[in-house]
Amino acid sequence: MTDRHQPPRPGLLQRLSAWLGHHARSMVFSLGKLYRAPASTLMTVAVIAITLTLPAGFYLFMKNIENISGDLRSTTRISLFLKLDVGEQAAAGLRDRLQRQQGVADVRLISRDEALEEFRASSGLGDSLDYLKENPLPHTLLVEPASELDSPAIRQLLKRLQQQPEVDTAQLDTEWLERLYTLLDIARRAVIIISLLFSFAVLLIVGNTIRLDIQSRYQEIVVTKLIGATDAFIRRPFLYSGVWYGLFGGLLAWIIVELSAMAIAGPYQKLGQLYRSDLSLVTFSMGDFMILIGASTALGLIGSWLAVARHLSEIEPQ
Amino acid sequence: MIQFHHVTKRYPGGFEALSNVSLHLPKGEMAFLTGHSGAGKSTLLKIVSLIEKPTRGQAILNRINLGTLPRKRVPYIRRHIGFIFQDHQLLFDRPVFDNVAMPLIILGYPRNEIARRTRAALDKVGLLSKEKAMPITLSGGEQQRVGIARAVVHKPMLLLADEPTGNLDPVLSREIMQIFLDFHQVGVTVLVASHDLGLIEELGKPVITLNQGKVIHDDFGGLDDG
Repeated sequence: MTDRHQPPRPGLLQRLSAWLGHHARSMVFSLGKLYRAPASTLMTVAVIAITLTLPAGFYLFMKNIENISGDLRSTTRISLFLKLDVGEQAAAGLRDRLQRQQGVADVRLISRDEALEEFRASSGLGDSLDYLKENPLPHTLLVEPASELDSPAIRQLLKRLQQQPEVDTAQLDTEWLERLYTLLDIARRAVIIISLLFSFAVLLIVGNTIRLDIQSRYQEIVVTKLIGATDAFIRRPFLYSGVWYGLFGGLLAWIIVELSAMAIAGPYQKLGQLYRSDLSLVTFSMGDFMILIGASTALGLIGSWLAVARHLSEIEPQ
Repeated sequence: MIQFHHVTKRYPGGFEALSNVSLHLPKGEMAFLTGHSGAGKSTLLKIVSLIEKPTRGQAILNRINLGTLPRKRVPYIRRHIGFIFQDHQLLFDRPVFDNVAMPLIILGYPRNEIARRTRAALDKVGLLSKEKAMPITLSGGEQQRVGIARAVVHKPMLLLADEPTGNLDPVLSREIMQIFLDFHQVGVTVLVASHDLGLIEELGKPVITLNQGKVIHDDFGGLDDG
């Protein structure tokens, strides 16, 4: 009997390459196993995908709302309704004067006649407006603040414009925008909470699938333990299964969201046209895609790890 | 190779499978472990193969105390042992070759070495032509031989067999025993649990007999200090 308890083993380099080889083999083996049971694999992947679709879709929805609202902020305008006794020439003079002011990007003059025509066209009152003895509308200047101005600076500009002698009323309708932003903030947090909850659901789905897989391969695990397999060796194929579930679930979720976006894109663009803006639907960026796939793969790995840690040690030869 | 010092194994519920067993199986020997069913043969093998731990006493395999071995080291010790089971425990979802190659994959042999050694082991048990067959298509004797090939493919220093001929007819049983004798010839320590007393007598190897958890006969004379 040899003194040292040396197992019959190949050299270190060989073992390292064998270790890498076993990783590759586990990877391919677990993939092959999923391929050989397409129905159950597809079902698990679909459940993961649908679970991930909700937070991913919600995220995309938020991204688009932010896109629209950003668009709205850049079109913030101050309407200056001039006093009724200010003539067209004086109004044009004021326009030229304001144009040169700091913090003003553009000024457009809508004369009282133009305003009436527009009102006639859009209000549907039509000919009944002819009964008016004179045009009740004032000249209006639309002032577009420079894009670099923030809310307080815009308010200051509003105050300054209000003080112009020709101006009757200066109006800035941004309150609803502020409310929208607050709502968006709430929605953003909701997205985070939903993402966390559904990530947890993915963990449970993967964990349960791997648990069943472990149970169905009870015999194999017992035998491999008896012939000297380490826990890491036995664990590996299960962990790779989890990784595959997560990866495919993430990819399918991405496809579902992109297809849904395609279905929505048409009417969405039409909506944009109705608001005279060339809105187009924002979809996943490369970074978003990587995060989705990375997160789903990680969830698959963690889910299978939890299942393996819990159930593999319970299986011992009897 | 195997030393038991006053080993007692009591299962939960109070059943005592082994009572104060002392024995010594020297390296390179081949011995039979006999006794009625329930005499403690399986328990003794389970202690050697690290499936059970002794309740009292010391079980030593190749100078390693099996009772105090940390769980993490268990797989590495098991790699020295080739197990042969009565129901051979083959995996039916893969061909004969893959079954036999399992210990080598666990040990991390390169692919070509695995193929070479696996074929050598299959040749040894006379099943080289069946390497691509699925275990389910083989006869009982052939399945048992596949089990033996898997147990010896990585050249363990100890072979443990638990009723390896339990399900086989006398001719096949003799064939299987001959394979064990061959391994013993090349220096492997072999311990075979069996109650096929006729066959054991015919082979003329040392016998250790258990009855109700106690050693009642030991051709090695037990342990000096026992």
